[in-house]
Amino acid sequence: MTRLIINGKDFEVDAPGGMPLLWAIREQCGLTGTKFGCGIAQCGACTIHLDGQPIRSCITPVTAAEGKNITTIEGIASDQNTLHAVQQAWIDEQTPQCGYCQSGQIMSAVALLNENPSPSDAEIDAAMSGNICRCGMYGRIKSAIKRASESLQSSTTPEII
Amino acid sequence: MKKWTRRAFIGAGVLASGAVVIGIAIRPGNRSSKVAGLIASADETVMNIWLKISPDNTVTAIIPHAEMGQGVHTTLAMMLAEEMDADWSKVKFLEAPADKEYANYVLAKGFIAGDKQFPKFLEGTIDGVFLTAVKSMNFQITGGSASVRFTGQHGMRIAGAAAKAMLLQAAADTWKVPTEELKAQNSTIIHQASNRTATFAELAPAAAKVKSPKTPKLKSQEEFTIMGTSKPRFDIPAKVTGEAKFGMDVQVAGMKYATIKASPVFGSKVKSVDTTISSSMLGVSKILNLGNAVAVIADGYWQAKTTLDGLPIEFESTANNKLSQADIINGYKKAMDTALAEDELDLHFKKGDALKELESAETLVEAEYELPFLAHATMEPMNCTTWVHDGKCEIWCGSQNPLGVKAAAAKLLDLDFDQVTVHNQLLGGGFGRRSETDVIEQAVMIAKEVDFPVKLIWSREEDTQHDVYREATLSRMKAGLDKSGNPIAYTHQFIFKHHPPEAADMPYDIPNQLIQYSSPETFVPWGNWRSVDHSTHGFLTESFIDELAFAAKQDPFAYRKNLSKNNPRFQAVLDLVMEKSGWGTALPANWGRGIAIAQSFGTIVAEVAEVEVSVEGKVKVHRVVCAVDAGFAIHPDGFIAQMESGIIYGLAAAMTGEISIENGAVMQGNFHDYPVTRMNEAPKIETHIINSGNPPGGGGEPSTPVIGPAVTNAIFNATGIRIRQLPISKNDLRESMRQTT
Repeated sequence: MTRLIINGKDFEVDAPGGMPLLWAIREQCGLTGTKFGCGIAQCGACTIHLDGQPIRSCITPVTAAEGKNITTIEGIASDQNTLHAVQQAWIDEQTPQCGYCQSGQIMSAVALLNENPSPSDAEIDAAMSGNICRCGMYGRIKSAIKRASESLQSSTTPEII
Repeated sequence: MKKWTRRAFIGAGVLASGAVVIGIAIRPGNRSSKVAGLIASADETVMNIWLKISPDNTVTAIIPHAEMGQGVHTTLAMMLAEEMDADWSKVKFLEAPADKEYANYVLAKGFIAGDKQFPKFLEGTIDGVFLTAVKSMNFQITGGSASVRFTGQHGMRIAGAAAKAMLLQAAADTWKVPTEELKAQNSTIIHQASNRTATFAELAPAAAKVKSPKTPKLKSQEEFTIMGTSKPRFDIPAKVTGEAKFGMDVQVAGMKYATIKASPVFGSKVKSVDTTISSSMLGVSKILNLGNAVAVIADGYWQAKTTLDGLPIEFESTANNKLSQADIINGYKKAMDTALAEDELDLHFKKGDALKELESAETLVEAEYELPFLAHATMEPMNCTTWVHDGKCEIWCGSQNPLGVKAAAAKLLDLDFDQVTVHNQLLGGGFGRRSETDVIEQAVMIAKEVDFPVKLIWSREEDTQHDVYREATLSRMKAGLDKSGNPIAYTHQFIFKHHPPEAADMPYDIPNQLIQYSSPETFVPWGNWRSVDHSTHGFLTESFIDELAFAAKQDPFAYRKNLSKNNPRFQAVLDLVMEKSGWGTALPANWGRGIAIAQSFGTIVAEVAEVEVSVEGKVKVHRVVCAVDAGFAIHPDGFIAQMESGIIYGLAAAMTGEISIENGAVMQGNFHDYPVTRMNEAPKIETHIINSGNPPGGGGEPSTPVIGPAVTNAIFNATGIRIRQLPISKNDLRESMRQTT
């Protein structure tokens, strides 16, 4: 058994044979917001944060995350009744279509804004091009990142739903 | 299970035998009582099958369509609420259960009859005919950009208006006043003269007993307060928190996981596989030989996948094992040559005498085009959770075709239709792929071997290599121009036809046309791919018309506009895209502008692409301007989002989309070798809607066929190189290849 800390909570998982984090998170911890898209770090749907850094959970073995802080889409807001500024911006821009890639998109966007509070278009492209959206909502994702960037800088407290 | 196609549906006899069955039609009558048990609790009032009213005055629209990001749950609820004068803040939706009662006859009617009006006296019987037919065909499809056009226009609006009429009548009866003195507003019926009001909920029990009008009066566009606005979509909040549940996310107590490997060569069988579970296989419950595929059931997907990858599986070799992409294309060429020589091409469309007029033309233009197979590549790989137990079957999946799922499972398990329950989930992309039932059939075959629920998950590789593909095609086009450069004759021969007259869907006035096709044998499975045959014909006709404009030494925009002078709607769309794109203004060196226009699914879309081709031959699409005659956009922001989505989807196909066959199998497997458009490659898109007052057009597909030719025409404008073979990435566009003229 391996001990994982996900969104501040402890989980015990059984991860044989180099099992990637994605499957432990989804199947054993029941956190299905993190998605399976490609299995080879090509689409970004499985993006989570490991000690704050965005990683592709579909190729990261469970053992590499032992004892580290894992954050998933379910854990980016400060509590259950609030949304992260990026999530709110996603709603304001009516960004998702099918929505399947959006957990990964949001995790990449949050990591980008943590690192670079006001990214340029080129910096957004560079940070987000590992995340595929087959519904093609790239324009809206970009607008939402800019909106979130502005709201994060104008207010330090998350918006209440 | 016979594959559903729109063509097969039409061929199923409804239209052909319509005149005969009208005489024995069954009227749908009041079906509310049958459906109440499916959708309502005891204290709710079911007004008709599409809506119920709750004691807290909530109006719930019952939507017979799957949500895959097109916003259908919101948009159709808006159409119902509009006609009902419901308070939008108190409107909810429920996806209709996969039950024969929800076989969607208004949709079927739309597919077959379009917007054709039936004579009043036939309304009841026509509906009865369609209802009977769609029930027998399990028709509950989300596809064909049809939800708003047919279910919305002919179902939701009428259901809302009829419910309002019933509520007004109930109030009139209660208060003993004429209905003319009453009005509905914000989910309330008001009698101003006596200052009386009653909520929909208060009146609902009495209203439900009023006879429903069959043809209630609908609002005119000027009266709309909900339709034509962009209400926040119901499905979005859960999609930003990770709470949204897709088929992939279903969790059932006691569930295990399966994955599968089908024969890489379509149609081949498993020759040998050892299904013994060895001690080194962790958490494996079962290894199954399904005849044409091998599946492993285990405690988790990872365990199942690693076990499957390690299994030595031998598949039978057939003649198909030797086939390559080149063989397939050569086969097409041979089939076309033979059919041409022996005069055996099938006729698609004919007008005048094109062959004769070609001979007398001043200029002759000829081109041959070749298009590849395309996979759908939905973000969510195929999956299905199934539990076969106690003579029943429960299925959890995201399907564009839930009644088809139910029918397929019932047939495989030899169960009564209603012993199968389908819990439809959100779809992580559909694009036509999720109207098929192949994955569900596999899941059922696996689940029936065990007594616990199983979630079957396809790997991305399986998803890419066992799709149902947009057909590869070959097309030969010829046109004869007169002295002023106008086409007087046009011939077009192409491979494969699945749907009615899509190749002939041109706005251009060409007096002599001959369009023919050939359908050679193929072993590569075909399926509906976003915009279906328009995805090929949009490219073919809009590339060729550009070639004609060049041969006629005319501006591509002006040439199209002149040739569509009998189609004022097209001309208006062309004018708008010209104005908004700045057509004719200067561009930087190595940039080009291309235009294309097409009508599909009742919507006319023109796009202008601005493209840069570097000296190394790399293509970058910087900007796309899209003008669209939507008829009337019910949810403008959602409609714009659909245009954006269709453009990026079509762009990915045009730029790099190619599924190719080697040794009988698909060569590509994942996003590294079947690349799709990413953010750094995505153009800025500007969409401009025309509400022309025509019936609402479809939104999900019509922007897709146009982007490919807009981009290749722009590449021609930039480089002088005409792209006749897709994807664009197959063409050498380096500076050294370019014409010097």
